Amino acid sequence: MVERQPWLKGLTHLGLVLGIALTMFPIYIALVASTHDLGTLYSTVPAWFGNQGLQNYALALGQGADAGVGVARMLFNSTVMALGITFGKIAISIVSAFAIVYFRFPFRMMFFWLIFVTLMLPVEVRIVPTFQVVAHLGMLNSYVGLTLPLIASATATFLFRQFFLTVPRELAESARIDGAGPMKFFFTILLPLSRTNLAALFVILFIYGWNQYLWPLLITRDDEMVTVVMGIQRLVNVPDGVVAWNIAMATAILALLPPAVVVIVMQRQFVKGLVEQEK
Amino acid sequence: MDTRVHFKSWWLPYALLLPQVAVTLVFFIWPSVQALHQSVLAQDVFGITTRFVWFDNFIDLWYSREYLRSFSRTLLFSFSVTFIAMSLGLLFAVLVDRILKGSSGYKLLLTWPYAVAPAVAGVLWLFMFNTSTGVLALTLRSMGIDWDHVIRGDQAMLLVILASAWRQIAYNFLFFLAGLQAIPRSLKEAAAIDGAGPVKRFWTIIFPLLAPTTFFLLVINIVYAFFETFGVIHAVTRGGPGQATEILVYKVYRDGFVGMDFGASAAQSVILMILVIGLTAIQFKYLERRVHY
Amino acid sequence: MANVAIRNIRKSYGKTQVIHGIDLKVEPGEFIVLVGPSGCGKSTLLRMIAGLEEITSGEIQIAGRRVNELEPRERDIAMVFQNYALYPHMTVYNNMAYGLRNRGYKKDVVDQEVRRAAETLQIGDLLDRRPGQLSGGQRQRVAMGRCIVRHPSVFLFDEPLSNLDAKLRVQMRLEIRKLHQSQGVTSVYVTHDQVEAMTLADRLVVMNAGVAEQIGTPLEVYDRPASTFVADFIGSPSMNFLNAQVIEHGKALHLPDGRDVPLPVQGLDPEALENMASVTVGVRPENLKPIEDKGGGWLRLKVLMSETLGADTLVHGTVGDAQVTARLPGAATYAPDSLLAFGSKPEHTLLFDAGTGKRIDASASPAPAATLATGQ
Repeated sequence: MVERQPWLKGLTHLGLVLGIALTMFPIYIALVASTHDLGTLYSTVPAWFGNQGLQNYALALGQGADAGVGVARMLFNSTVMALGITFGKIAISIVSAFAIVYFRFPFRMMFFWLIFVTLMLPVEVRIVPTFQVVAHLGMLNSYVGLTLPLIASATATFLFRQFFLTVPRELAESARIDGAGPMKFFFTILLPLSRTNLAALFVILFIYGWNQYLWPLLITRDDEMVTVVMGIQRLVNVPDGVVAWNIAMATAILALLPPAVVVIVMQRQFVKGLVEQEK
Repeated sequence: MDTRVHFKSWWLPYALLLPQVAVTLVFFIWPSVQALHQSVLAQDVFGITTRFVWFDNFIDLWYSREYLRSFSRTLLFSFSVTFIAMSLGLLFAVLVDRILKGSSGYKLLLTWPYAVAPAVAGVLWLFMFNTSTGVLALTLRSMGIDWDHVIRGDQAMLLVILASAWRQIAYNFLFFLAGLQAIPRSLKEAAAIDGAGPVKRFWTIIFPLLAPTTFFLLVINIVYAFFETFGVIHAVTRGGPGQATEILVYKVYRDGFVGMDFGASAAQSVILMILVIGLTAIQFKYLERRVHY
Repeated sequence: MANVAIRNIRKSYGKTQVIHGIDLKVEPGEFIVLVGPSGCGKSTLLRMIAGLEEITSGEIQIAGRRVNELEPRERDIAMVFQNYALYPHMTVYNNMAYGLRNRGYKKDVVDQEVRRAAETLQIGDLLDRRPGQLSGGQRQRVAMGRCIVRHPSVFLFDEPLSNLDAKLRVQMRLEIRKLHQSQGVTSVYVTHDQVEAMTLADRLVVMNAGVAEQIGTPLEVYDRPASTFVADFIGSPSMNFLNAQVIEHGKALHLPDGRDVPLPVQGLDPEALENMASVTVGVRPENLKPIEDKGGGWLRLKVLMSETLGADTLVHGTVGDAQVTARLPGAATYAPDSLLAFGSKPEHTLLFDAGTGKRIDASASPAPAATLATGQ
């Protein structure tokens, strides 16, 4: 920066520390609450960690607060859904982008626009009819029903298309002269070249899949199928009004941990993925 | 002129497109057509007969005070979330951009909340503000402010706004930071030599140069607040108390799945679709302009 | 070694025709250079031989076999691209082995071929590197290595040297020449650089706006250009052109500076010019010879400035409204506005049709007649 005044520098750091306090405070409160027993929470506001952490997390993971389904099962369901959506989206998007960029065929642009409209129709705006279609197909309460309707993705298709257009066309020409057919070119050249894009997309889509709420809310009927992000609301909306906050907060921590770990570990790919979506 | 080589096969491209197109047709196009269809039908109270009612469902909405209130509530909610999330995101981005050493640590700490699901963010904030044990609710009460979002609609609204904005700060921060770092240092230095102080420099040089980023984020944040905050509302307030936090997307859900009024729900879906299409069109217009630069 | 026959090849994109019927016979082992300004269709023609562009009409044969409908991989060709098109995620070894593996060669054959090619090109110690770790010249070698491992019947080069700096370009040019001499593979080479074209080619195809203006050996093209376009494109500094009016029934010319001179060419029947109002006189800068005798020579140059290049000197000046440059041996300076007299050998003085730009053939001229582009 241009200024060198120490007070300005101090102010900058102060502002950032406050900002981080704002982002971290809810997490800190949740972590603290998840280590106390319920009696403590309802009598005082503890500022520091208690000693009930292990029991609380064990209880949450095992049987859950409402004695319904444990968070372990929910985490498993969330993982299946998130990975199903992520890999499903990547797989169908990359091949359709490949078709659109590397082939010329009748109705190519029609297909392109067909994929494009999915951008304009998020599940939230067509809740009822989508539910009815999935119910018709007998997919309620299944992993297929949980993932399949969400895997069409204009964003991922555009991202791959954009990337493929930057791959020098001579690579494809050279591969053709070298005797590679389309699928061989796809697997031996295009796919390895897409590595960084695949990683970036993985992070973004994993978060997207993991954080789905409305769709699992609609189509899961069984406790056994509940995902953790959707299941957590059942802990805080209890009929008698006495919320097991310690278990609820332990569940919240468990629910945000996997995507947070992915973001922290793959920070670079995450930023790349987010910023490239814009293009 | 398109001189790119193309592989030759009459069937392979169709096979490659098949999965995506099939999913799109079955789960996007067909339900949307259904929504359009249902939006012009009315069902009797027993759900036995349906009849074609032209645009009655839309006209009903137009005259429904409840719907119009939900609409203006959604606007209030969206603009509040957008304003809070964007201004804090910009503030933090400007601060991090000033720092030479250790900025990656700050960046990571400010970025990761984006990974938190809106519903989970809602539950975290609900805990802090819950009337019996919430640290912030109790603090407010000790300061003489009677906090009870379960009863008071305006407080419930504030709660869902805060929870929704909190998570979105991270997103805006990242994009503003990227925008700031794309501004050539020489421009900032030239302004400093021209005698502009840091604040003046920000508003006269940097903020105008960020305009494309700001505009892009504006659209993204509005879309987020309109649609993706369903989880916050559902987990924290269920649209209540009364209908104080019932935004449009929540109303579609409630009318459709709780009220079983498919015609009204479908008509609302159609209106939401038009909104999304409009917002997407705006975004694309902006994108196109960017391409020309 | 194989011959390549191109018969009346045309190419259109929609309604725009970009190649207007080209005929060319490439003899086995011959090195053909397609040269011309950008947009003249030379790359398109090469890519049609490779099978990367559809052929709108006409026929291409490689080794006597019609290849119009064949995929690139079935044509037994190899190609060096302008940007090399090395696969960035593969090592040099794998880049070179890729084509062989795709054709199902055994592992030990692949290994043997790759190592032999690497040795020929002196890139044996680079085999484990990736393209990103190589210099421009090294990438160029790998791109050539990828071609020679397969022993194709035709090599195609698409401006392979244009991404290199000037010094490296000269060096690689020599290496390509050497490679061709040792391997003897029929080659078609595209460039816009006339020096590359002149030094590499057995025969040149000078292209302009989708037409082969002239096909011939470098010297034929240089000495007996078929048109003003060819004369202007080949040679640096390029040929001087003077518009002259035909007078005295084709026996004399009226030059732009107002002087009337007897026809400065040899053996041309004046009757050939009799019906023409004007012609274009062309003479290369180095073929203008200074005449000490102020009354001699046919050209009077009014000096604008001179550039001393060391071994010789370029004198720029005007003849009437025409710009003329002469290349004189040795270093000397010439005062601006001084008047110099020049003559030229009749066989070095060319006449072109002022309308069509085609050279007016002096049938008795000592130089061999140039092969015309069309109608073979």
